[in-house]
Amino acid sequence: MTENQVVLPAIELVSLVKEFTAHGETVQAVKGVDLRIGEGEFFSLLGPSGCGKTTTMRMIAGFDEPTSGEVHLHGENVTGVPPNRRDVNMVFQSYALFPHMSVAENVAFGLRRKGVAKDEVTRRVGEILEIVGLGGREKRRPGELSGGQQQRVALARALVNNPRALLLDEPLAALDLKLRQTMQVELKRIQREVGITFVFVTHDQGEALTMSDRIAVMNDGRVEQLGSPREIYEHPASKFVAGFIGTSNLLSGTVTELRDGAAVIGLGGDERIVVPARTTKVGSELELTVRPEKIDMRTEEPDGGRSRVRGTVTEVIYLGTSTNYNVRTSTGAEVVVFTQNASNANDIAVRGDSVWLSWEPRHSYAIGA
Amino acid sequence: MRRRLTPYLLILPGGLWLTAFFAVPLIMMLSFSLMEGNLIDGFAFTFHWQNYTEGLSTYGDKFVRSLWYGLLATVACILIAYPAAYWIAFKAGRNKSTYLFLLLLPFFVSFILRTVSWKFVLADDGIFLGTFKDWGLLNEDFHVLGTTFAVVAGLAYNFLPFMVLPIYVALERVDARLLEAARDLYASRVQTFLRVVLPLSLPGVFAGVVMTFIPASADYVNADVLGGSGNVMIGNVIYLEYFNNSNYPTASALSFTLMGALLVGIFLYARLLGTKDVLEAAGR
Repeated sequence: MTENQVVLPAIELVSLVKEFTAHGETVQAVKGVDLRIGEGEFFSLLGPSGCGKTTTMRMIAGFDEPTSGEVHLHGENVTGVPPNRRDVNMVFQSYALFPHMSVAENVAFGLRRKGVAKDEVTRRVGEILEIVGLGGREKRRPGELSGGQQQRVALARALVNNPRALLLDEPLAALDLKLRQTMQVELKRIQREVGITFVFVTHDQGEALTMSDRIAVMNDGRVEQLGSPREIYEHPASKFVAGFIGTSNLLSGTVTELRDGAAVIGLGGDERIVVPARTTKVGSELELTVRPEKIDMRTEEPDGGRSRVRGTVTEVIYLGTSTNYNVRTSTGAEVVVFTQNASNANDIAVRGDSVWLSWEPRHSYAIGA
Repeated sequence: MRRRLTPYLLILPGGLWLTAFFAVPLIMMLSFSLMEGNLIDGFAFTFHWQNYTEGLSTYGDKFVRSLWYGLLATVACILIAYPAAYWIAFKAGRNKSTYLFLLLLPFFVSFILRTVSWKFVLADDGIFLGTFKDWGLLNEDFHVLGTTFAVVAGLAYNFLPFMVLPIYVALERVDARLLEAARDLYASRVQTFLRVVLPLSLPGVFAGVVMTFIPASADYVNADVLGGSGNVMIGNVIYLEYFNNSNYPTASALSFTLMGALLVGIFLYARLLGTKDVLEAAGR
């Protein structure tokens, strides 16, 4: 889903700013965020801790009020409306299940406050517990459940209310790796099943890439890049995004030639880097990124008009399905190369070997050009 | 071998202390309570159950009054302590310990001294009543000392920390995110309090009630200093019988009767509140 396909945004944030004052000092946690999150979308706010993603989500939920800017839910301005009168629900990082209530009572809490009839509450609680795979555990206390089960209760407790949007604050952070991967798939399935807009806050780029329709990468209180996982991964819009999402190789050089909308960085001899860039000019410094799995590494000279750089292997890391090579290029940059270990492949090179690195220009991305 | 002995060695000092200063006197008092005689002729153990029956029939009204005063003081303590503890736990921010300290500050002063100072404050022509009477706001014969109000207020004041601290500890342990979760699930502030905060703080209230009700019911200082002839509590009777009349058997029997009444009361209270839930909530 791309931005212009969004018709009526489930959530719209308009120039959202949040300042906190602590010890007489004012800190801007969120510095002007504009976002439109579509109906039924799985949307992720991704960024390192302190980037403002959690504060942004708390403003959507109503726990924090923006210093300036507006929050709209389905076109309705809800800025200043308390959380209990906003039609969004939240799954807390630590789940925040009520320890003195049974699973069923926890899940029924929201419906009861809304005054839903008793037998309908029972029916809906039963239904949602089936969906999250907790049928038959209604009478248990949260303390008697495993972390994964508590997670499901938290999810059911929010989803049962049929909210306009579900906000998830790093909901998988407390689970171990195996369970986290299972829950990623589960979350995606549940989201498809109920069709509710999910706003997922995470610092885990893998999680965001796997699950999201769109991702907003946040840094220092701002959205650095907004796009599909593929767009963000393949075409990081800034050095920060390139560095934060996956492993990325950062190269730089002086533009020596412009050719068909691409900049050429001649490195002398047969070495050159070609990268799509429209706004740069000859003589300017250019930074670009290229993903490790896009680089072709071989010992003989590659042919064609691709980017091609010489280097020396400094480290070989065998990972089972793939092998990582660390290569120091002739320009002095450290580059990581992933190669798949196909059945017939031997190691391409060993430590100290001279190699050629080459890649298609369209697989590299000039930063800020 | 040493490893097996360790737990017993750890319990040894406490166990000895309890045996010497709790169990032995308790058994001695129990035997006293069944004795007959006087200080001059000496006491003899005769299974004199009349100490209990006579004590109860003579001082039954004092027992009832003591439990009633204890109950009133406990309720007053809850009403004062809960909002204070709530405010300190959730609203005081970084200065929590300062406010707790301020609340406990008066209790660094001796119990007797505090109670006596109340006597000055509440005196018929004291700083408040005297002034109000001078201004004509109060009737000349209006008085506070020697009333039920004075004794109960004194009790509530003196045992307040025993209510504040456990409630504060219980509230402090309530995860603030639970409050947000309740608000997120459409609960108003009042509903959030009634459905989430209050049930989770009940173990603290329970502990506070036990720690306030027992000493307040058995107290004699407040009735002595702030009360009049109509406010005599069972503690005063026991004191008089023991120290003034040297009637050890009756004093002991009265003490055991009070102890029994308090134990039964607390037990019923625990059952009423549902111990299972209290323990569960406390053990989370």
